[in-house]
Amino acid sequence: MHLNQSTVQARVNELYEGKLEIMDVKAALEKYSWLKDYMWKVVDKNKDEFTKKVAEDYSGGYFIRILSGAEIAFPLQSCLLITQRNLEQRVHNIIIAEEGSNAHIITSCLQHSTVPKASHLGISEIYVKKNAMLNFTMIHQWSENTLVRPRSAAQIADNATFVSNYVCMRPVKDIQMYPVAYCNGDNSRVSFNSILYGNKGSQLDIGSKAVLAGKGTKAEMISRAISRLGSRMIIRGQIEGDSSDCKGHLECRGLLMDDQSYMESIPELIAKRKGVEITHEAAVGKISEKEITYLMTRRLTRDQAVSLIIRGFMDVGILGLPDALNAEIKKIVETSTESA
Amino acid sequence: MEVKYPQPSLKKFIFPRKAIVVIIMDVLEVKDLSVTVEGKSILKNVSFSLKAGESHILFGPNGSGKTTLISTLMGLPTYEVSSGTICFMEKDITHKNVEERAKLGMVVSFQNPPEITGVKLGDLLKLCLGKKVEDAFSIEEQKLIDAFRLTDFLNRDLNVGFSGGERKRSEILQLIFLKPKLLLLDEPDSGVDVESLRLIATEIQNYLESSGASALVITHKGDILEYIKAKYGCILLDGQFHCFTQPLSIYEDIKKVGYEQCVACRRRVARGWKSEQRKRTN
Repeated sequence: MHLNQSTVQARVNELYEGKLEIMDVKAALEKYSWLKDYMWKVVDKNKDEFTKKVAEDYSGGYFIRILSGAEIAFPLQSCLLITQRNLEQRVHNIIIAEEGSNAHIITSCLQHSTVPKASHLGISEIYVKKNAMLNFTMIHQWSENTLVRPRSAAQIADNATFVSNYVCMRPVKDIQMYPVAYCNGDNSRVSFNSILYGNKGSQLDIGSKAVLAGKGTKAEMISRAISRLGSRMIIRGQIEGDSSDCKGHLECRGLLMDDQSYMESIPELIAKRKGVEITHEAAVGKISEKEITYLMTRRLTRDQAVSLIIRGFMDVGILGLPDALNAEIKKIVETSTESA
Repeated sequence: MEVKYPQPSLKKFIFPRKAIVVIIMDVLEVKDLSVTVEGKSILKNVSFSLKAGESHILFGPNGSGKTTLISTLMGLPTYEVSSGTICFMEKDITHKNVEERAKLGMVVSFQNPPEITGVKLGDLLKLCLGKKVEDAFSIEEQKLIDAFRLTDFLNRDLNVGFSGGERKRSEILQLIFLKPKLLLLDEPDSGVDVESLRLIATEIQNYLESSGASALVITHKGDILEYIKAKYGCILLDGQFHCFTQPLSIYEDIKKVGYEQCVACRRRVARGWKSEQRKRTN
């Protein structure tokens, strides 16, 4: 748990002994000399002003290492909590899924509702080694005045799978992120799934990029976005096929709820070798009147029909989580959409 | 409204212990209905009525206005009533919306129901039953779902990747769960395999018999008539109804001579019969 600028260490180490290590990244750097090779390896230090700021000075961050062959069925809650005013939180996180491990991690970034203004700059570097599977879900619950700039990248080795889920349900001032996955290993796979709810003038510019370099690599990106009450959303996705037998699919569906809001979908497909197979489908617009009418013939009121469609649209099933976690996230999604 | 008492048999001359009062009411009464869709006139002054517990079969070539009729009865948007009235259970519903008509007990099955991503069939079935999404199905309900071979589809998104037969089975099961007074069925038998057809049609008939509900069924095929015991059939052609009579005989005639010939022929027969009558009276 990262509270403001210092890591409050949880007792998870005891619970998951032999399966997992979790500590502050600064402490980890002292403990493991090899760890410095993992810092700024997949994220470029000089990428933008935000990465430069964190490279200059950062307060810590979490270091999570899932040990070789370990299977973690339960989620790890790593929390980055802001309680101070006008704070600029700068963190650098490292996650390593060792060979043959299998884990679901849920991180939620939270801001105490009494804090009016803050910014969060977070670097995350993720390494998924041979035959490992990492399902990493990030839930963001910021406040209406927070500026958020996560900068994440992942490296995926042979036969490894990385699933990156992003859920953003509460209004946020401004968020911009574009995590990148490098599928360098043969038969490596990456999925980016996002459920985005742009509410009350939120500015969201969210995308993801997959570089398919290894043989037989696959990428899949699915986003579901709702924009309302003057929110502006840009949903990007880029799949780059660098090897001849890679496959990719990108799907973006967006609902615009009023005339004050804005939604833009920018899919990009790049092929550099023949035999690359990358497809995309995107649809943005209002809720289909035909679907509403159909449900009304089943004795639902218009409001019930709309809320059923929206709840279905924000289907947490796309995240590929175990049932218990699904139920948990479903609750968050439903309370957020209902309160609106 | 008309009240009928059963006639005591002369042979036995025993009064029935309980007088059975049969109230035959028009469930649906359509008078001089004209409908336009996007400015184009589709139905012209059609009138008909449907009594409680009766089923009617509606034949007609593609584009003759059958779906328009059913959609107008249900009050779907884009179907505009330019004249005439629709009464349901003796209540004028001509200007009521879908929601109100559905609450009164009308339901419709769609020829091409929409795919709704994220909305689970199981959840919709529960809502049809008036349950909450969190509630469970009762044993009887689950039995019916099994009979409709939809158990494996409860967690699937509505109609997404469903075959023709699966869609129709899901439509009809939803309708039965809604316990309606009037079923408007738009080609429940199209794109359906023989087994599914038997299942769907038998279940519809079971429901009609046990509930006393009425149905208006659009079809192109005769097979469904084996199961659904309809009193009347008619042909919708050029925006108007023709030949109200026993549905099987209409179907046989359509098969032999086609819709237009069938309508023309029955007119001739009717005219001939009338002139015969005149001759006799003269």
